[in-house]
Amino acid sequence: MPYTTVPGTAPGPTPRQEFWSGARAVFPLIVGAIPFGLIFGTLASSAGLSLAATLAMSAFVFAGSSQFIAVGLLMAGASVPVIILTTFVVNLRHLLYAASLLPHVGPLAQRWKLPLGFTLTDEAFAVAIARYQQPDGAPYKHWFHLGAALGMYLSWQLCTLAGVSLGQAIPDARSWGLDFAMSATFLGMLVPYLRHKPLLVAVLVAGSVALLAHGLPHQLGLMVAALAGIAAGVTCEHWAPAARPCPQEAR
Amino acid sequence: MNEFGLIAGMALVTFLIRYPLLALSGRIRLPEGWLRVLRYVPPAVLAAIVAPAVLLGDDGGLALGADNARLAGAVAALAVGVWRGSLLATIVAGMGVFLVWSWVWG
Repeated sequence: MPYTTVPGTAPGPTPRQEFWSGARAVFPLIVGAIPFGLIFGTLASSAGLSLAATLAMSAFVFAGSSQFIAVGLLMAGASVPVIILTTFVVNLRHLLYAASLLPHVGPLAQRWKLPLGFTLTDEAFAVAIARYQQPDGAPYKHWFHLGAALGMYLSWQLCTLAGVSLGQAIPDARSWGLDFAMSATFLGMLVPYLRHKPLLVAVLVAGSVALLAHGLPHQLGLMVAALAGIAAGVTCEHWAPAARPCPQEAR
Repeated sequence: MNEFGLIAGMALVTFLIRYPLLALSGRIRLPEGWLRVLRYVPPAVLAAIVAPAVLLGDDGGLALGADNARLAGAVAALAVGVWRGSLLATIVAGMGVFLVWSWVWG
Protein backbone atom coordinates (compact mmCIF):
# COMPACT_ATOMS: atom_id res chain seq x y z
CA MET A 1 0.00 0.00 0.00
CA PRO A 2 1.04 3.59 -0.59
CA TYR A 3 1.75 4.11 3.12
CA THR A 4 5.08 2.32 2.80
CA THR A 5 6.28 4.66 0.07
CA VAL A 6 9.14 6.97 1.04
CA PRO A 7 7.86 10.57 0.93
CA GLY A 8 8.88 12.38 -2.21
CA THR A 9 9.47 9.25 -4.28
CA ALA A 10 5.80 8.39 -4.94
CA PRO A 11 4.78 8.87 -8.56
CA GLY A 12 2.07 11.46 -9.15
CA PRO A 13 0.52 14.03 -6.82
CA THR A 14 0.74 13.88 -3.01
CA PRO A 15 -2.40 13.08 -0.92
CA ARG A 16 -2.80 16.77 -0.11
CA GLN A 17 -2.61 17.74 -3.80
CA GLU A 18 -5.11 15.02 -4.73
CA PHE A 19 -7.49 16.15 -1.96
CA TRP A 20 -7.56 19.76 -3.13
CA SER A 21 -7.77 18.74 -6.81
CA GLY A 22 -10.86 16.72 -5.90
CA ALA A 23 -12.39 19.67 -4.05
CA ARG A 24 -11.68 21.89 -7.08
CA ALA A 25 -13.08 19.33 -9.54
CA VAL A 26 -16.40 19.15 -7.70
CA PHE A 27 -16.72 22.95 -7.50
CA PRO A 28 -18.83 23.40 -10.67
CA LEU A 29 -21.24 20.77 -9.34
CA ILE A 30 -21.44 22.67 -6.06
CA VAL A 31 -22.40 25.80 -8.01
CA GLY A 32 -25.25 23.77 -9.51
CA ALA A 33 -26.22 22.39 -6.10
CA ILE A 34 -26.42 25.79 -4.38
CA PRO A 35 -29.81 26.85 -5.78
CA PHE A 36 -31.02 23.29 -5.30
CA GLY A 37 -29.97 23.24 -1.63
CA LEU A 38 -31.51 26.67 -1.12
CA ILE A 39 -34.84 25.56 -2.54
CA PHE A 40 -34.76 22.39 -0.42
CA GLY A 41 -34.29 24.47 2.71
CA THR A 42 -37.13 26.82 1.82
CA LEU A 43 -39.49 24.01 0.76
CA ALA A 44 -38.81 21.97 3.89
CA SER A 45 -39.95 24.74 6.19
CA SER A 46 -43.10 25.33 4.15
CA ALA A 47 -43.77 21.54 4.25
CA GLY A 48 -43.81 21.75 8.05
CA LEU A 49 -40.41 20.25 8.84
CA SER A 50 -38.74 21.83 11.87
CA LEU A 51 -35.39 23.57 11.52
CA ALA A 52 -33.63 20.70 13.32
CA ALA A 53 -35.28 18.07 11.12
CA THR A 54 -34.40 19.92 7.92
CA LEU A 55 -30.74 20.22 8.89
CA ALA A 56 -30.67 16.63 10.15
CA MET A 57 -32.07 15.37 6.85
CA SER A 58 -29.26 17.05 4.91
CA ALA A 59 -26.65 15.88 7.44
CA PHE A 60 -27.71 12.23 7.73
CA VAL A 61 -29.54 11.40 4.49
CA PHE A 62 -27.42 13.64 2.21
CA ALA A 63 -29.18 12.73 -1.04
CA GLY A 64 -30.52 15.82 -2.79
CA SER A 65 -33.06 14.44 -5.20
CA SER A 66 -34.62 12.10 -2.63
CA GLN A 67 -34.74 14.87 0.00
CA PHE A 68 -36.51 17.03 -2.54
CA ILE A 69 -39.00 14.30 -3.37
CA ALA A 70 -39.55 13.57 0.33
CA VAL A 71 -40.51 17.19 0.97
CA GLY A 72 -42.86 17.13 -2.03
CA LEU A 73 -44.50 13.97 -0.67
CA LEU A 74 -44.82 15.54 2.79
CA MET A 75 -46.66 18.48 1.24
CA ALA A 76 -48.93 16.04 -0.58
CA GLY A 77 -49.72 14.37 2.75
CA ALA A 78 -47.90 11.06 2.16
CA SER A 79 -47.24 8.81 5.15
CA VAL A 80 -43.74 8.22 6.60
CA PRO A 81 -43.45 4.60 5.32
CA VAL A 82 -44.33 5.69 1.77
CA ILE A 83 -41.68 8.44 1.90
CA ILE A 84 -39.05 6.00 3.17
CA LEU A 85 -39.91 3.48 0.43
CA THR A 86 -39.68 6.22 -2.21
CA THR A 87 -36.31 7.28 -0.82
CA PHE A 88 -35.14 3.70 -1.18
CA VAL A 89 -36.23 3.47 -4.82
CA VAL A 90 -34.92 6.89 -5.81
CA ASN A 91 -31.55 6.19 -4.19
CA LEU A 92 -31.15 2.67 -5.56
CA ARG A 93 -28.98 4.12 -8.29
CA HIS A 94 -26.27 4.61 -5.65
CA LEU A 95 -25.99 0.83 -5.50
CA LEU A 96 -24.94 0.89 -9.13
CA TYR A 97 -22.48 3.70 -8.38
CA ALA A 98 -21.03 1.67 -5.50
CA ALA A 99 -20.65 -1.31 -7.83
CA SER A 100 -18.81 0.89 -10.35
CA LEU A 101 -16.45 2.02 -7.57
CA LEU A 102 -15.68 -1.53 -6.38
CA PRO A 103 -12.47 -2.03 -8.37
CA HIS A 104 -11.10 1.32 -7.15
CA VAL A 105 -12.30 1.49 -3.53
CA GLY A 106 -12.03 -2.26 -2.89
CA PRO A 107 -8.34 -2.28 -1.89
CA LEU A 108 -8.79 0.55 0.66
CA ALA A 109 -9.10 0.11 4.45
CA GLN A 110 -12.58 0.15 6.08
CA ARG A 111 -11.86 3.57 7.61
CA TRP A 112 -11.86 4.87 4.01
CA LYS A 113 -14.86 2.89 2.78
CA LEU A 114 -17.18 4.15 5.51
CA PRO A 115 -16.87 7.91 4.78
CA LEU A 116 -16.66 7.37 1.02
CA GLY A 117 -19.81 5.22 1.15
CA PHE A 118 -21.74 7.61 3.39
CA THR A 119 -20.95 10.60 1.13
CA LEU A 120 -21.63 8.82 -2.17
CA THR A 121 -23.68 11.15 -4.40
CA ASP A 122 -24.20 11.66 -8.13
CA GLU A 123 -21.74 14.54 -8.02
CA ALA A 124 -18.98 12.90 -5.97
CA PHE A 125 -19.29 9.74 -8.05
CA ALA A 126 -19.07 11.55 -11.40
CA VAL A 127 -15.92 13.42 -10.36
CA ALA A 128 -14.25 10.50 -8.57
CA ILE A 129 -14.82 7.86 -11.24
CA ALA A 130 -13.34 10.18 -13.86
CA ARG A 131 -10.18 10.47 -11.72
CA TYR A 132 -9.99 6.73 -10.98
CA GLN A 133 -10.28 5.93 -14.70
CA GLN A 134 -7.37 8.16 -15.71
CA PRO A 135 -4.58 5.74 -16.67
CA ASP A 136 -1.79 7.58 -14.79
CA GLY A 137 -1.44 5.00 -12.00
CA ALA A 138 -1.23 7.69 -9.28
CA PRO A 139 -1.41 6.04 -5.81
CA TYR A 140 -3.55 8.58 -3.90
CA LYS A 141 -6.68 8.88 -6.06
CA HIS A 142 -8.85 8.05 -3.02
CA TRP A 143 -7.74 11.38 -1.54
CA PHE A 144 -9.12 13.07 -4.66
CA HIS A 145 -12.39 11.18 -4.10
CA LEU A 146 -12.45 12.28 -0.44
CA GLY A 147 -11.82 15.92 -1.39
CA ALA A 148 -14.70 15.89 -3.85
CA ALA A 149 -17.06 14.10 -1.44
CA LEU A 150 -16.29 16.38 1.54
CA GLY A 151 -16.55 19.51 -0.62
CA MET A 152 -19.99 18.40 -1.74
CA TYR A 153 -21.05 17.45 1.80
CA LEU A 154 -20.03 20.71 3.46
CA SER A 155 -21.55 22.90 0.77
CA TRP A 156 -24.84 20.96 0.92
CA GLN A 157 -25.07 21.61 4.68
CA LEU A 158 -24.35 25.33 4.21
CA CYS A 159 -26.92 25.61 1.39
CA THR A 160 -29.59 23.89 3.47
CA LEU A 161 -28.93 26.30 6.33
CA ALA A 162 -29.05 29.27 3.95
CA GLY A 163 -32.25 27.92 2.38
CA VAL A 164 -33.96 27.53 5.76
CA SER A 165 -33.07 31.13 6.66
CA LEU A 166 -34.16 32.35 3.24
CA GLY A 167 -37.40 30.40 3.51
CA GLN A 168 -38.43 32.50 6.50
CA ALA A 169 -37.86 35.69 4.50
CA ILE A 170 -39.25 34.65 1.09
CA PRO A 171 -42.06 32.14 1.53
CA ASP A 172 -42.84 31.54 -2.18
CA ALA A 173 -39.27 30.83 -3.33
CA ARG A 174 -40.51 27.71 -5.09
CA SER A 175 -42.16 29.80 -7.78
CA TRP A 176 -38.72 30.95 -8.90
CA GLY A 177 -38.16 27.46 -10.31
CA LEU A 178 -34.70 27.15 -8.77
CA ASP A 179 -35.09 23.37 -8.79
CA PHE A 180 -34.12 23.61 -12.47
CA ALA A 181 -30.56 23.92 -11.16
CA MET A 182 -30.56 20.15 -10.61
CA SER A 183 -31.52 19.55 -14.25
CA ALA A 184 -28.83 21.96 -15.49
CA THR A 185 -26.22 20.23 -13.31
CA PHE A 186 -27.20 16.75 -14.45
CA LEU A 187 -27.20 17.89 -18.11
CA GLY A 188 -23.67 19.16 -17.63
CA MET A 189 -22.68 15.77 -16.22
CA LEU A 190 -24.34 14.06 -19.22
CA VAL A 191 -22.48 15.99 -21.95
CA PRO A 192 -19.24 13.93 -21.92
CA TYR A 193 -21.25 10.77 -22.52
CA LEU A 194 -22.92 12.09 -25.69
CA ARG A 195 -19.83 11.66 -27.88
CA HIS A 196 -19.95 7.85 -27.90
CA LYS A 197 -22.67 6.07 -29.82
CA PRO A 198 -23.62 3.31 -27.33
CA LEU A 199 -23.62 5.79 -24.43
CA LEU A 200 -25.71 8.22 -26.49
CA VAL A 201 -28.17 5.42 -27.23
CA ALA A 202 -28.36 4.66 -23.48
CA VAL A 203 -29.10 8.33 -22.77
CA LEU A 204 -31.80 8.61 -25.44
CA VAL A 205 -33.54 5.37 -24.50
CA ALA A 206 -33.42 6.09 -20.75
CA GLY A 207 -34.82 9.59 -21.32
CA SER A 208 -37.63 8.38 -23.60
CA VAL A 209 -38.65 5.52 -21.30
CA ALA A 210 -38.59 7.91 -18.32
CA LEU A 211 -41.14 10.10 -20.12
CA LEU A 212 -43.36 7.12 -20.93
CA ALA A 213 -43.06 5.54 -17.48
CA HIS A 214 -43.45 8.75 -15.52
CA GLY A 215 -46.91 7.79 -14.29
CA LEU A 216 -45.72 4.61 -12.54
CA PRO A 217 -46.25 4.67 -8.78
CA HIS A 218 -43.49 5.26 -6.20
CA GLN A 219 -41.11 6.86 -8.72
CA LEU A 220 -40.50 3.39 -10.19
CA GLY A 221 -40.34 4.95 -13.65
CA LEU A 222 -36.81 6.12 -12.85
CA MET A 223 -35.49 2.59 -12.26
CA VAL A 224 -37.37 1.14 -15.26
CA ALA A 225 -35.98 3.87 -17.54
CA ALA A 226 -32.42 3.51 -16.25
CA LEU A 227 -32.47 -0.27 -16.76
CA ALA A 228 -33.90 0.17 -20.29
CA GLY A 229 -31.16 2.68 -21.13
CA ILE A 230 -28.41 0.39 -19.81
CA ALA A 231 -29.81 -2.57 -21.76
CA ALA A 232 -30.04 -0.49 -24.95
CA GLY A 233 -26.45 0.76 -24.59
CA VAL A 234 -25.06 -2.72 -23.96
CA THR A 235 -27.03 -4.11 -26.91
CA CYS A 236 -25.74 -1.34 -29.17
CA GLU A 237 -22.17 -2.00 -28.07
CA HIS A 238 -22.67 -5.72 -28.79
CA TRP A 239 -23.73 -4.96 -32.38
CA ALA A 240 -20.95 -2.44 -32.99
CA PRO A 241 -17.97 -3.38 -30.77
CA ALA A 242 -15.80 -0.79 -32.54
CA ALA A 243 -17.96 1.90 -30.97
CA ARG A 244 -17.15 0.67 -27.46
CA PRO A 245 -16.23 3.59 -25.22
CA CYS A 246 -12.80 3.61 -23.64
CA PRO A 247 -13.11 4.04 -19.85
CA GLN A 248 -11.02 7.19 -19.70
CA GLU A 249 -12.94 8.78 -22.55
CA ALA A 250 -16.35 7.84 -21.27
CA ARG A 251 -16.48 10.61 -18.76
CA MET B 1 -45.76 13.51 11.74
CA ASN B 2 -42.87 11.60 13.28
CA GLU B 3 -39.84 13.61 12.16
CA PHE B 4 -37.32 11.40 13.91
CA GLY B 5 -38.72 8.23 12.32
CA LEU B 6 -38.82 9.86 8.89
CA ILE B 7 -35.21 11.00 8.94
CA ALA B 8 -33.86 7.87 10.65
CA GLY B 9 -35.66 5.71 8.07
CA MET B 10 -34.49 7.76 5.08
CA ALA B 11 -30.92 7.86 6.40
CA LEU B 12 -30.89 4.12 7.09
CA VAL B 13 -32.19 2.96 3.69
CA THR B 14 -29.86 5.38 1.89
CA PHE B 15 -26.82 4.23 3.89
CA LEU B 16 -27.74 0.57 3.35
CA ILE B 17 -27.73 1.21 -0.40
CA ARG B 18 -24.43 3.11 -0.47
CA TYR B 19 -22.15 1.33 1.98
CA PRO B 20 -22.46 -2.49 2.18
CA LEU B 21 -21.13 -3.20 -1.31
CA LEU B 22 -18.08 -1.02 -0.62
CA ALA B 23 -17.63 -2.61 2.83
CA LEU B 24 -17.41 -6.08 1.28
CA SER B 25 -15.54 -4.93 -1.80
CA GLY B 26 -12.22 -6.45 -0.74
CA ARG B 27 -13.82 -9.88 -1.05
CA ILE B 28 -15.78 -9.28 -4.27
CA ARG B 29 -14.38 -9.32 -7.77
CA LEU B 30 -16.78 -8.26 -10.49
CA PRO B 31 -16.44 -10.03 -13.84
CA GLU B 32 -15.27 -7.89 -16.78
CA GLY B 33 -18.72 -8.10 -18.40
CA TRP B 34 -20.30 -6.43 -15.35
CA LEU B 35 -17.82 -3.61 -15.39
CA ARG B 36 -18.72 -2.92 -19.03
CA VAL B 37 -22.41 -2.80 -18.16
CA LEU B 38 -21.78 -0.49 -15.21
CA ARG B 39 -20.32 2.18 -17.49
CA TYR B 40 -23.85 2.80 -18.75
CA VAL B 41 -25.29 3.39 -15.28
CA PRO B 42 -24.49 7.08 -14.71
CA PRO B 43 -25.66 8.39 -18.13
CA ALA B 44 -28.81 6.26 -18.05
CA VAL B 45 -29.75 7.33 -14.50
CA LEU B 46 -29.03 11.01 -15.13
CA ALA B 47 -31.06 10.97 -18.37
CA ALA B 48 -33.96 9.24 -16.62
CA ILE B 49 -34.03 11.98 -13.96
CA VAL B 50 -33.57 14.94 -16.31
CA ALA B 51 -35.91 14.05 -19.19
CA PRO B 52 -39.20 14.20 -17.22
CA ALA B 53 -38.03 17.25 -15.22
CA VAL B 54 -37.37 19.18 -18.44
CA LEU B 55 -39.95 17.88 -20.89
CA LEU B 56 -43.07 17.28 -18.80
CA GLY B 57 -45.42 20.09 -17.83
CA ASP B 58 -47.27 20.48 -14.55
CA ASP B 59 -50.15 18.41 -15.95
CA GLY B 60 -47.83 15.47 -16.69
CA GLY B 61 -48.08 15.90 -20.48
CA LEU B 62 -45.27 16.72 -22.91
CA ALA B 63 -44.47 20.46 -22.85
CA LEU B 64 -42.60 21.24 -26.07
CA GLY B 65 -43.84 24.81 -26.57
CA ALA B 66 -41.81 28.01 -26.46
CA ASP B 67 -43.30 28.79 -23.05
CA ASN B 68 -41.35 25.89 -21.47
CA ALA B 69 -38.44 27.74 -19.86
CA ARG B 70 -36.91 24.46 -18.61
CA LEU B 71 -36.64 23.19 -22.18
CA ALA B 72 -35.03 26.46 -23.28
CA GLY B 73 -32.56 26.26 -20.39
CA ALA B 74 -31.80 22.60 -21.16
CA VAL B 75 -31.15 23.29 -24.86
CA ALA B 76 -28.82 26.15 -23.90
CA ALA B 77 -27.01 23.98 -21.34
CA LEU B 78 -26.49 21.15 -23.83
CA ALA B 79 -25.35 23.52 -26.59
CA VAL B 80 -22.80 25.25 -24.35
CA GLY B 81 -21.71 21.92 -22.87
CA VAL B 82 -20.99 20.35 -26.26
CA TRP B 83 -19.41 23.56 -27.57
CA ARG B 84 -17.24 24.56 -24.60
CA GLY B 85 -16.86 21.29 -22.71
CA SER B 86 -16.87 23.22 -19.41
CA LEU B 87 -19.18 22.03 -16.65
CA LEU B 88 -19.41 25.41 -14.98
CA ALA B 89 -20.22 27.19 -18.27
CA THR B 90 -22.90 24.57 -18.97
CA ILE B 91 -24.64 25.04 -15.62
CA VAL B 92 -24.42 28.84 -15.67
CA ALA B 93 -25.72 29.03 -19.27
CA GLY B 94 -28.60 26.66 -18.51
CA MET B 95 -29.66 28.54 -15.37
CA GLY B 96 -29.22 31.93 -17.05
CA VAL B 97 -31.36 31.11 -20.08
CA PHE B 98 -33.93 29.42 -17.85
CA LEU B 99 -34.27 32.45 -15.55
CA VAL B 100 -34.42 34.99 -18.40
CA TRP B 101 -36.90 32.81 -20.28
CA SER B 102 -39.17 32.40 -17.23
CA TRP B 103 -39.06 36.15 -16.69
CA VAL B 104 -39.91 36.93 -20.36
CA TRP B 105 -42.76 34.42 -20.55
CA GLY B 106 -43.93 34.77 -16.95
